[in-house]
Parts: sequence; structure tokens; C-alpha cells
Amino acid sequence: MTSNAPRAVLADHNVSVGRAMWAVVRRDLRSSFRQRQDLLNPLLFFFMVVTLFPLGVSPEVSFLQQAGTGILWVAALLSTLLSLDHLYRHDFDDGTLEQMVLQPHPLFLLVLAKSLAHWLLTGLPLVILAPVLGIMLHLEGNSIAVLCLTLLIGTPVLSLIGAIGAALTLGLRAGGVLLSLLIIPLYIPVLIFGTGTVAAATEGAAVEGYLALMAAFLVLALTLAPFAGAAALRISLSNS
Amino acid sequence: MWTLFHKFGSPKWFFGIAGRLMPWLLALGLGLLVAGLVWGLAFAPKDYLQGNSYRIIFIHVPSAFLAQSVYLMMAVAAVVTLVWRMKLADLFVQAVAPVGAVLTFLALFTGAVWGKPTWGTWWIWDARLTSMLILLFLYFGAIVLGSAISDEKASARAVAVLILVGVVNIPIIKYSVEWWNTLHQPATFKLTEKPSMPPEMWVPLLLSVLGLYLWFGWLACYRMQTEILRRERRTRWVRELVRAEGH
Amino acid sequence: MAFDSLSAFLTMEGHGSYVWVCYCVFVLLLTALALWSRSRRHAVLREQRRLLELEESGTREQAPAAATFSRIHPS
Repeated sequence: MTSNAPRAVLADHNVSVGRAMWAVVRRDLRSSFRQRQDLLNPLLFFFMVVTLFPLGVSPEVSFLQQAGTGILWVAALLSTLLSLDHLYRHDFDDGTLEQMVLQPHPLFLLVLAKSLAHWLLTGLPLVILAPVLGIMLHLEGNSIAVLCLTLLIGTPVLSLIGAIGAALTLGLRAGGVLLSLLIIPLYIPVLIFGTGTVAAATEGAAVEGYLALMAAFLVLALTLAPFAGAAALRISLSNS
Repeated sequence: MWTLFHKFGSPKWFFGIAGRLMPWLLALGLGLLVAGLVWGLAFAPKDYLQGNSYRIIFIHVPSAFLAQSVYLMMAVAAVVTLVWRMKLADLFVQAVAPVGAVLTFLALFTGAVWGKPTWGTWWIWDARLTSMLILLFLYFGAIVLGSAISDEKASARAVAVLILVGVVNIPIIKYSVEWWNTLHQPATFKLTEKPSMPPEMWVPLLLSVLGLYLWFGWLACYRMQTEILRRERRTRWVRELVRAEGH
Repeated sequence: MAFDSLSAFLTMEGHGSYVWVCYCVFVLLLTALALWSRSRRHAVLREQRRLLELEESGTREQAPAAATFSRIHPS
């Protein structure tokens, strides 16, 4: 039922672009809420990876304070990577994706809608969960606030870039590992500026400039990534 | 103009032209490379700060230069693949990607070995070494994606998209790595920077850079020819060529 | 010549091992690239020749039918 209604909306030529995008987002949200496991897995993974560091390295307060933001950022990055494989997988398997490519609206807008839905389902929960883990890693209040802000700006970039990789590896065997290989180098700037901003905040420096730079990354990703994602999607679908 | 374009795009035409160019490229490239390296190894004066270990520059800088420009060339070819679907462009990307990866590895390796006598450690998270490492990852990504997709056309276009995304990211990566480096290590001293290099040092360097570029041109032509032979198996001229080579 | 003797050239005042390792790896890898490309060329040619011979032996056995087939060159 859920997949039928938006499909009808998409096939209709008179539907506005905005409504079509909204239909895609709503459909993705609804179908993931039905399969809660997909929604919870990245969060659990995030939690567990963070737990490994005090156990594996050292539970000392000084170490955790120093490494905490890095740990949280790397864990957030990895759990985003883990969830990317599902971005197009279900739609690809049941043929919905082919329908989406055929509909009259520009494909990049639908890629944007899919990325938005992905962020709402994985990035946003990570941002919400991060303060709890930040407290467990003995981060200071100010650092936690800046960390959440950087995650809030940075995780959409991760979803947007990740959508390109997910589209490129669609329908390939061992797509998950390949996806990580392709995407990790592209994630490095976001990681550097995410953790760097928090480090600057911990030292008491002004962070507005860094946050503005991260926002610039976001704008750049918003404007360019959907086009690359749409091109990649077309190539992968013509191949299968 | 379009006929010319088609001519340039035709594998047969390229095969012939490459065959005529290759001996020159190889002879000139190897000649310049050997001249530059021998000059650099044996005749260039010793550096007053780093001693003789600086002689690694004569292979480190050419490898690093070429590694980066090969990625840029691949990006140009990727645009051509996506926009005009020219066969030669995607042949080029496929033929050249492993060569670029090897060159990047060479730049990293020589940088690390140079670091040991200069910095006292094999590896330092220096901005340039780190961004070369990320470039190596980008090369690996392109090679692995290309071999994972079995359909030749789809593979070429997917790799083209990936390379373009990578090339947009390269300046951002470079900038962010440099920023990160100044954040963590305020005072690193650089491998090559010197206010002014005497001509006894930069002339052999120039020679070896030129030589390596020409040698790369030869190898790229050779590998593209091989790919053409493999892909254009069914055309008459390739059949005749194969038959002639056999006897 | 920047060195007085061959041994000075080889040791390079203690930095010789670093320099020579770099140059050796450089030459080795470039040679390996060339040889690998060459063996690939030979493998491709061998394969094409085999296919060609297979086709030609096929045409000799059933001459009339295969002759028309062999004239088709889709490309």
C-alpha cells in the first residue's frame, strides 16, 4: 500500500515537483518505520563502536576528553557508511527505482529527496544520540554543543556524497565494501573540519568561521552531489 | 570540424598514429630520464642542509607531479566519455589508472624513505604525504569500481562519474589536509622548498620530469593499443593485424 | 662528478642506502609496469589469434555457410 500511493503520484504528469519529492521522502520514512531494524542498526552500531574505544584503548578521563570528538565523528561516519547500502537497495530490488527514473520530474530532485530521507533516518538520530555518548566520554558541555552542531551540518554532507556511491555500486556483488572504498576518501574533508572545529572550541577559539566553512561544504554538496548521483543512478540502471 | 573529431575518436586512426609516435616517445623519454637521473645521482652538487639524501628529489618530484597530472588527465577524459562518449577517452582511463596508482605509490614510498634521514622517521603526517595517500585511495576506488562492473560501457561511465566527483574533491581535500596539518603540527619543515635552487640541481630535475612524462606517454599509447586490440576484435583491420603478427 | 671515489658514490656519506633503495624501487616498478603491459599485450594477441584460427578452421570444414558468416563485421 505504501509503495502504491507515491508511485501513482509520481506517474501523474500534473503533480508538482515539490509534491513528488515529498511523496518520495514520506514513502521512505514510512517504509523504514515499518522495518525498524534498518532504522536501529546504524544507531546501535554507532553506540557499540564508541564503547569499544574506552575498552580497547583506555578509560582514562584525559584520553577520552582528548580523543572523544574524533571517536564520535569516526563512529558517526562509519555508521552512515553502513546504512548507505540500504539507500536504494529495496527500491532497486522491487523495481520502484526504475519507475522513479521514468517519471517526468528531474531525477536529481528525487535523488535529493532520497538523500534527505536518508539523513532524517540516520544522520538526525546520530546527532540526537551524540550528546549522551559525549557525556559518557567526559566531553565538556561546550564541546558537546559544538560537536552536535558540526554533526548537524556534517551528516547531511555524508548522506549526499554517500548517495553518489550508493548509486554507483547499485546491483553489484560485494557492493557494500566497494561503497566504503569509494566514499571514504571523499568523507575526509568533512571529518577533518568536523573534529577540527570541536578542537578549536575546546581551546576556546572562535568557531563561527569553521562552521561557516562546513556550511559551505553543505551548500556545495547540496548543489553538486544530486547531479552526480542522478547520473550514476542512470548508468547503474541502464547496466542492470 | 566534426569529421576531424570523428577521426580523432577512431581507434584505428589512433592505433596508427600511436604506433608512429611510440618509438620517439620511448627513446626520448628514456634518454631524458637516464640523463636526468645520472646527472642528479652523480654530478649534481651536495645539498648543504640535507646532504646526499636530497638526491631522492630527482625521482620523488617527477613521480608526484605525474601522479597528480595523470588524475587530472583522467578527469578530462572522463568529461569526454560522459559528454561525447568517445571510445578513446574511456580506453585512456582504463589503460592509465593502474599506472597512476603505481606512480602515486612511488611518490609516497620515496617520500617516506626520504623522510627517514631528514625527519628521523619513516612516516610523518605531513600535508603533502597525506594528500598523496588520499590520492592513492582515489585511484584504488576508480580501479576497483572499473573492474567490478562487467559491462564495458556502463563501467566506463560509472568510473567517469567517480573520477569527476574525485577531481572536484581534490582541492577541498588538499585545503582541508593543509588546515588540519597546521592545526596539529605548527612547525614541519618541508622536503623540497628552498629559496632558490641552483641550476645544477633544477636542470637535472627538469630533465627527469620531462623524461618521465614522455615515458608515460609511451606506456599510455602502448596500453591503449592493447585495449583496442582486445575490444575491436571483430573489426576487419584488427583481424588483419593479428593475422600479420602471427606469421 | 660530485664524489671522489666509487665507494663514496655508493655510501653517499651514510645516506647511500636510502637513495639507492629509492632509485632501485623506482626502476624496478617502472620496469614491472612495462613488462606487465607487454605480457598483457601478448596474452591479448594470443587469444585473438586462437579465436581467429578457430574461426578459419570452422570455415574450411563447412565452407559455403561459414564464408558468408565471416564477412559480417559488426562494429
